[in-house]
Amino acid sequence: MSSAAISATHGALDDVLHGGGVDHHHHDDGSKTLLGFWIYLMSDCLIFSGLFATFAVLAHATAGGPTAKELFELPYVLGETMLLLISSVTFGMAMLNMHAGKRDKVVAWLAVTFLFGAGFIAMEVFEFAKLIHEGAGPSRSAFLSSYFTLVGTHGLHVTSGLIWLVVMMDQMRRFGLTDATRRRLSCLSLFWHFLDIVWICVFTFVYLRGAI
Amino acid sequence: MSGAHHSHDAAHHGAAHADHGSTKSYLIGFTLSVLLTLASFGVVMSGLVPHELMMPGIIVFGVAQLVVQLVCFLHMGTSPSQRGNLAIMLFTILILGIVVVGSLWVLHNMNVNMMHPTSQMMPVE
Repeated sequence: MSSAAISATHGALDDVLHGGGVDHHHHDDGSKTLLGFWIYLMSDCLIFSGLFATFAVLAHATAGGPTAKELFELPYVLGETMLLLISSVTFGMAMLNMHAGKRDKVVAWLAVTFLFGAGFIAMEVFEFAKLIHEGAGPSRSAFLSSYFTLVGTHGLHVTSGLIWLVVMMDQMRRFGLTDATRRRLSCLSLFWHFLDIVWICVFTFVYLRGAI
Repeated sequence: MSGAHHSHDAAHHGAAHADHGSTKSYLIGFTLSVLLTLASFGVVMSGLVPHELMMPGIIVFGVAQLVVQLVCFLHMGTSPSQRGNLAIMLFTILILGIVVVGSLWVLHNMNVNMMHPTSQMMPVE
């Protein structure tokens, strides 16, 4: 009922914008989906801001346990950062090939992106396992709880991105470059680059700040 | 909405924005990001930077890299098709600043005024 009223108003507005007489039934060109997805990303950003604020407040609350300076190995973190950064560019290459309409190259670049993303997650899981093995697990201190929550949440996002990558590679193979798969891949592109941006904040405010 | 102007044009390009970057823009973004990452880690790891300049240094390089990636990878800009995204992002940054700075401010005051310093609260040297 109300949605019918809204679309009627919308149609009237479009008549004004386009001078009327044009077919108005194909409005979802993907730009609204991308805007909506961007709003989701920004709200995700607010989740991270809460986690960053919590970590910043608790960074020195080590309860007599190991400190950031003792635990974190910066060369290792630099390696993780480079993997994620390279995966961001390879995703960019996939998007350029999508706009050029080359499906096989898109799938190939997505596969490369997946490998670098998986490498990042493998390094992070190994790092977490090492910390827990050393007795510096999330239950050791408030500092470590907030550290594992913040970095773990980012890791879960990247893992979701990896699953989404596999799904998109399969859809590319099955359906090719249709409007729907292009739209989905554009959303995943925003998601993937967004995760790299969150990681910049992680290595700056968690690892580097901790090492100072 | 700005999308109305592009709806018929964009329909032929699927979900594409009008401006979706080029190989050049991605490579420039990648090179700058690598340099800024190395600069950030270099500030802390090299031992060449005075201690009191480390924190400002990593913040400057970090923010610079955020801007580089937003422009080169996410194609943020002031073009009409991006203005909606940009406005939402600026609002998010405002909220983010309030949450982070507000938390640090309030809890710092609470630590100073309401708690006796214990070994847990003191920064470990």
